[in-house]
Amino acid sequence: MKRGLTVYAVFAYAFLHVPLLILAVFSFNSSRFAVWQGFSLQWYRAVADDANLIESSMNSLIIAIVATGVATIIGTLAAYGLWKKGSAWLSGSLYLSLVTPEIVTGASLLALFQWIFRFAHLRLGMHTVILAHVGFSLAYVVVVVLARLRSYDRTLEEAALDLGATEFGAFWRVTLPYLVPAIAAAAMLAFTVSIDDYVITSLVAGVDSQTLPMVIYAMARRGVNPALNAVSTLVVFGLGMLIILSERLRRT
Amino acid sequence: MPPETLLSLCRLSKDFATQRAVSDVSLEIPRGAFFSLLGPSGCGKTTILRMIAGFETPTTGEVWLNGQRIDLLPPYQRNVNTVFQSYALFPHLTVQGNIEFGLRHKKVSDDINRVREVLKQVRLEAKASRKPSELSGGERQRVALARAIVLQPDVLLLDEPLSALDPQLRKQVRGELRDLQRRVGVTFLFVTHDQEEALSMSDQIAVMNAGALEQVGSPRDIYCRPRTRFVADFLGAMNWIDGIGVRPEAVNITSQGRKAIVTGVTYLGSFCHIAMKLVEGEETIAAQAPPGSTFENGQTVCVTWDPEDEIRV
Amino acid sequence: MKLRNLFLAPTALLMAVTMLAPLAIIVVYSLLTRGAYGGVELPWTIENYSRLYDPVYAIIFLRSFWIAAVATALCLVLGFPLAMFIARSGSRKNLYLSLVILPFWTSFLIRTYAWMFLLRDTGIVNSALLALRIIREPLPLLYNDGAVILGLVYGFLPFMVLPLYATIERLDPSLLEAAADLGARPWRALVGVTLPLCAPGIRAGAILVFVPCLGTYLTSDLLGGSKTVLIGNLVQNQFTASRDWPFGAALSLALMAIAMVLLFAARRKGEELL
Repeated sequence: MKRGLTVYAVFAYAFLHVPLLILAVFSFNSSRFAVWQGFSLQWYRAVADDANLIESSMNSLIIAIVATGVATIIGTLAAYGLWKKGSAWLSGSLYLSLVTPEIVTGASLLALFQWIFRFAHLRLGMHTVILAHVGFSLAYVVVVVLARLRSYDRTLEEAALDLGATEFGAFWRVTLPYLVPAIAAAAMLAFTVSIDDYVITSLVAGVDSQTLPMVIYAMARRGVNPALNAVSTLVVFGLGMLIILSERLRRT
Repeated sequence: MPPETLLSLCRLSKDFATQRAVSDVSLEIPRGAFFSLLGPSGCGKTTILRMIAGFETPTTGEVWLNGQRIDLLPPYQRNVNTVFQSYALFPHLTVQGNIEFGLRHKKVSDDINRVREVLKQVRLEAKASRKPSELSGGERQRVALARAIVLQPDVLLLDEPLSALDPQLRKQVRGELRDLQRRVGVTFLFVTHDQEEALSMSDQIAVMNAGALEQVGSPRDIYCRPRTRFVADFLGAMNWIDGIGVRPEAVNITSQGRKAIVTGVTYLGSFCHIAMKLVEGEETIAAQAPPGSTFENGQTVCVTWDPEDEIRV
Repeated sequence: MKLRNLFLAPTALLMAVTMLAPLAIIVVYSLLTRGAYGGVELPWTIENYSRLYDPVYAIIFLRSFWIAAVATALCLVLGFPLAMFIARSGSRKNLYLSLVILPFWTSFLIRTYAWMFLLRDTGIVNSALLALRIIREPLPLLYNDGAVILGLVYGFLPFMVLPLYATIERLDPSLLEAAADLGARPWRALVGVTLPLCAPGIRAGAILVFVPCLGTYLTSDLLGGSKTVLIGNLVQNQFTASRDWPFGAALSLALMAIAMVLLFAARRKGEELL
């Protein structure tokens, strides 16, 4: 049974990883068809020359960084607050936001924005996208940080208070240092869900806030385009580096 | 002149959702004393400590420290410090960092010398830059002590501080703790469920049961003149004969007195524990005999004791 | 307590704006009439909900259920042995676990695209089969229900493996030893002891896979083509091309209601996400 499991695992891991590997290999193919003809960097050159791709990547980065920063900070505070004393309706709405299908989140946010725009002179754009991203990544941050707080010894906070720290001092000097690894993990998670989101973003983005997933999606729908393999490889590689880097930081 | 009262609890009660943890406890703790709260687990002694430290609010009653009412102040405004049962050392700080933690809030001069002096008092100068995870149990306990006494609190609250140590070390630390208290002169309020610990270290003991105070007195008082049956039993083994209590070590096995039949002999190293059943009456009685005694089960013996050793409650 | 309220305030505000207010709007819209140029108008109506019973839409709901159920079952069947393998791999546990989680950290969109690249008529699989002369015409691998299910399994397998692994890992190995000691063969021990004890993990994994699969939009849109219309695509369509917001709102609420019912049904005492 043990050997059978191992053989099975090899296939399972192949299933998980080979598709992306093939994509990466063919991003270096000199042909535009799915037959290997020789090594070439032409598709990467095509990516570098594509102003649309570059601009949308920048948009995606800005959105992801801002949304991650905001969501991580306020989500951490909320996790701490909920750990001190639960709040049924806040936990409930965070839970709801986790389980709401993306398409519903996006559509309902769009409905809200359109309704607000009736009264205010505003339009869809980076701000609406960032607000939406903070909204849907918050719950992830809270879940990750709260999980770490569950194993936190409450007497450490009591000890800090006992030694003269105020409530905030106890949080800042004792609890926060304990939470750092979880906060880093939460930020990573928020960043990846933000930079990858297509469904919600496509609904609440304006003309000036095209994101990379939106461009990738449009390219994918249009059909064969090896440049898309190159973009995909770059994105996967970039995210992979980020994960390895954050793992390294966490270990030290 | 009686010693000056430092800390007083006035008719303190605490109700939790389903039960009354502390019930109408009044207590006066003199300045400079080593005062123990002794009782079985769940008797409310830790809750009293937490009310003094400020982690629980009394349902009714007051806590006075140095003539000031403190039960409404937040923990950080009370000049009392706690040594927690788990020590609660900050894992991300070094020994030194842990000890310096409270000084930032106290605004005392000569911080550095004080930290150094306290480190010396607890013999941890060499380990000042270690993290708590790199210390032994005994060392951790000393850091927890140092962290609290460096702030020179009016009262140091100790919540079963020896329970996390292994039994061998526990006995040694008792003496050290007692010495430290004498040296620094801080009033200790020590919570324990171990009667030997309380008897060996304290100036005064308050025995608690089921949220209420049973008796307050010196270790000798409590042991030899318990006022309730609970106190008598809790402080050590006790024979109850015709409503009168006699401790096993006061029972002599001799040639005349009340007749008893030996029902069990247990060799315990420094003495033998002899279990017997009185011939007249239903009661069993236990005695301590020299380790070399050769009693056998079924043997009829006679027991006597000095009326001085009788305990009436 | 004041500090706690201060800490909760920003999240409460954001949740109110990005979660509760949109939900409230959707509830209101679902009870209004479609405007002449899109948007919504009075009068109030429950017609949007009664339309859900229209066989055209009922079939879409059933199809969505069916596809999500198949994908979940496949994830369970494929994920369970993998979780067992990881749990039993000793010191390499963390490595094998991160190999499962890694794709989860890379873009879902790109992973879906990878299958388009593999499965399309001129994709790798067809090209290879043609080159090997196994087939003469490209197989229609893409744009069907099978491709959608494949994409969902590929995308959500980690969600099944993680909770399964967590429960298997916590299983007391002496229970299996006890089963073996009492004469159970490995297979019997698996079915009679391991599987029942893994029920919480199976439940958690099934929910984590089924709920997002039910509401999927991207996978069916890219891999299913125009043939596979699921609830998610239907919702999207109402808010964009069809401009029928009231009906889109009613669909959204129906989808959420189903998800909620499933979550509550699967929840047990002491198992909480938040």
